[in-house]
Amino acid sequence: MDTKEKIINSVKEKFGEAVVEISDFRNDLSITIAKDRLIDVAKFLKENPELQFVMCKDVTAIDWATRKNRFTTVYHIYSFKLNFTLRLKVNIEENPPAVESVVSIWPSAEWYERETFDMYGIEFLNHPDLRRMYMPESFEYHPLRKDFPLLGISGSMPLPEKME
Amino acid sequence: MQKISNVYSDEKLYKKLLEDKNITIEDALENEMVINMGPQHPATHGVLRLVLRLDGETIVKAIPELGYLHRGYEKMAENMSFVEFIPHTDRLDYTSTMCNNVAYVLAVEKLAGIEAPKRAQFIRMIMAELSRIAGHLIAIGTFAMDVGAITMVMWTFRERERIQEIFDRVAGARFTTSYTRIGGVASDVDDEALKMIKNFLDTFEPALKEMDDLMLHNRIFIERLEGIGILTKEDAIALGVTGPNLRACGVEYDVRRANPYLFYNEMDFQIPTYTEGDCLARYFLRGDEVRESVKILYQCLDKLPQGEVMANDPKKVLPHKTEIYSKMEELIHDFMIINKGINPPVGDSYFSVENPKGELGFYIVSNGEGQPWKMKIRSPSFCNLQTLPLVCKGQMISDVIAIIGSLDPVVGEADK
Amino acid sequence: MGLEAKLTKDGFITTTIDAVIAWARKNSVYPMPMGISCCAIEMIAATDPKYDIARFGSEVMRFTPRQCDLMIVAGTVTYKMAQVVRRIYDQMPEPKWVIAMGACTSSGGMYRSYNVVQGIDQFLPVDVYTAGCPPRPENLLNALMTIQAKIGKTKARDFKDKPMVDLELARN
Repeated sequence: MDTKEKIINSVKEKFGEAVVEISDFRNDLSITIAKDRLIDVAKFLKENPELQFVMCKDVTAIDWATRKNRFTTVYHIYSFKLNFTLRLKVNIEENPPAVESVVSIWPSAEWYERETFDMYGIEFLNHPDLRRMYMPESFEYHPLRKDFPLLGISGSMPLPEKME
Repeated sequence: MQKISNVYSDEKLYKKLLEDKNITIEDALENEMVINMGPQHPATHGVLRLVLRLDGETIVKAIPELGYLHRGYEKMAENMSFVEFIPHTDRLDYTSTMCNNVAYVLAVEKLAGIEAPKRAQFIRMIMAELSRIAGHLIAIGTFAMDVGAITMVMWTFRERERIQEIFDRVAGARFTTSYTRIGGVASDVDDEALKMIKNFLDTFEPALKEMDDLMLHNRIFIERLEGIGILTKEDAIALGVTGPNLRACGVEYDVRRANPYLFYNEMDFQIPTYTEGDCLARYFLRGDEVRESVKILYQCLDKLPQGEVMANDPKKVLPHKTEIYSKMEELIHDFMIINKGINPPVGDSYFSVENPKGELGFYIVSNGEGQPWKMKIRSPSFCNLQTLPLVCKGQMISDVIAIIGSLDPVVGEADK
Repeated sequence: MGLEAKLTKDGFITTTIDAVIAWARKNSVYPMPMGISCCAIEMIAATDPKYDIARFGSEVMRFTPRQCDLMIVAGTVTYKMAQVVRRIYDQMPEPKWVIAMGACTSSGGMYRSYNVVQGIDQFLPVDVYTAGCPPRPENLLNALMTIQAKIGKTKARDFKDKPMVDLELARN
C-alpha cells in the first residue's frame, strides 16, 4: 500500500538502526522499536508534517510469560491526515520492567499508562501521576500477569463482616 | 460500633488533589473544601467517584476515581474461547448492547479470516443502528433528567421499550441479546420482525418532534447548558476523545466513514458536526445522529438481500443446529469448535467500530490456540472520562452534573 | 372496594394495630435504587410508563438512604464497592429489606473472577433473590410483591427499640 510504504520508508530513513521488526498481518502495520529510541521515534511520528500521528488511541502491554523479554508494550496511534492507525511495539525485560512514558508527546497516554501499570506492573518513567487505576492502592499484586490466578488470591481484599 | 470505613487508603489521591506549588496544606484547607461526589450518586451515570476541591462553589481541581465496577473482563477472556466471550460483550456498554456484539464478532472475524454472508451483514447493520438509537435515547433522557426535566426520561424510555420489543422478537431477549455469532448471526429475522421495524420507524418521527418541541426552545434548559463545559478541538484530539464528543468540537471523524465496515460505504448518510464544543452542542448532536440512523435504517430495509445467515466454513463456524442432530461430520465439527476453539493463526489485530459513545476497539493477540492470549478492549468511555479534570476546572459545582451527563460515560465500559 | 367493603353500616372496623401498620408499610415501600450496572437500566425500565412501579406504591425512588425502606441492589458488586454498599445499608433506618436483583448479586453471576463478590449475602442479609441477567421488569415487580407479602406478616413490636447503627466517621 502506498501509505504503509511511505511510513516505513520515512521511519527507516531516519531511524534505520532502531527498527527491530516490521510486520504486516491482516492489513495492519506494526513496527517494533528498540526501547531507548522510543521517545525520538514517537516525537518524529507526531511532528513530521507528512505523517502527523496526533492521536494516541491506546497503550497496553502483552505478557509473554516464557520469553526472554517478558513484556511488550503496544501503542496504537492514529493520523487524521493519512487516515491510518499504526501500531508501535517495544520489548521490555522482566527485572525490573520499566519504559519511558510518552505522556509528554501524547497527553491521552496518561490514563492508559496508569492502567497498564496497574494491570502489569510496568513502571513508566517520568509519568506525572503513576497511581493504580482500578484496583485499590493497598492491593499488592498485578492482576493481568500470567502468574496471577483468575480467581484471585484470597485475603488480598477485605470484605465487610456480616451482621446477623 | 460498626467498623466499616477507611479500609482502602486514599493518601496518594489526596496528595494529588492538594498539589499546588504556591499554597500550603493548612492554607488550602482553610479557604477551600474537599468534597466527595461518591460512587453512589443519583446523577453520576453509574459508580463513578469524583473528589472535588472547591473554592466556594467554583471547582479548583477534580479527580475522578474508577475501579468500582472492574469485573476482570480481560483476564476472563484469556481463559475462555472466542465464542464463550460473546455474552460478556453485551455487558460492556449496556445501553446499546447489539453494537458491542457486532464489534467483537467483526474483530474475531478479521483475525481468523472469516467472512459472513451478505444477509447477515445487513442484519447486523440493522441491529447496530437500532441499538444506536436506543443508546442515544438513554443518553438524551438521563441528561435531561439530571438537568431537571424529568419528563424526558419517561418519554425516551417509552420509545426505547418499542425497540426492545423488536429485540425480543428477533433475538429472544429484550436487553442483553448476544445475537451475533462468529460467521453470521444466530437466527434469521422473519417478516413479522421486519414489519415491526418498519412500523417503529414510521411512528418514531412524530415522537422525536414532540420531544424537540419540549426541550429545544426551553429557555431554562438552553441557558443552563450554553457555554458550559467547553472542550476545544486541540484538547479533544490530544486526549484521545472519539465519538459524539469529538464531533461536537468540530472534527469530522466517524469510523463508519474513515474505515468502513459492514456495508456502510453503500449507505447515504451525513455526519453531523458542531463547532462550539459545549454541552448544548453535544445534546443537539445526539438528536441529529438519531435522525441519521433512521435514514440508514430505511435504506437497509430496502436493500436487505435474501440468503444464508451463517457462513459455510465448517472448521471455523458452528454448523446449523438441525444438521448437528442428524449428520456425523457436522457433529464432529461442532464438538471440536466448542471444545478446542476456532484456532486463528498466530498474530495480532486491532479492529474498531463506531459505538454510540465513541470508538470501541478490540486488540486481540492469538498464539494459535482456541483461547486468545490477550484481549484488550479500547473502550470509548474510559478515554472520554479522561477529559473531566480539564473540562470541570473553573465551573460551578452544579455544572459538573451537566458536564458528566453530556459526556455520557458508561462505567461498565470504562471499568471493564 | 378494598377498605370500603369492610365497613359496616356505622363505619367502624375492628382490627389489630399490627395489621394496620403492616398494611400501611407494605403499600408505600420506597425503594433505594443501588443501581450499579446493567440491572440498573432494567430497574429504570420498571419505572417507565410500560411497567410502572408507581402503581405498587413505590412512587419515587429516593436516592438518599435515610428516607427509604427497601434497597434494590442492581448490578455487579465488586470488593471495592462492597464497602460502599454496606455503608449505605447501615444508614437506612429500621425496618429495612433488601432485594438482590439479578444473577450477579445472588451468586456472582457469570463473573467468576478476582474482583467480583460471589453473592451479596456474604455481607448483607437478603430477603428476596431475583433470577435473570438482567431480570425482566415483571420479575422485579414480582419480587416487590413478594416483599409486600412478607411485610404484611410482620408485627410492629418486632421493630421497637432497635438502636441506630453507629458509623465511624472518616477522618482525613
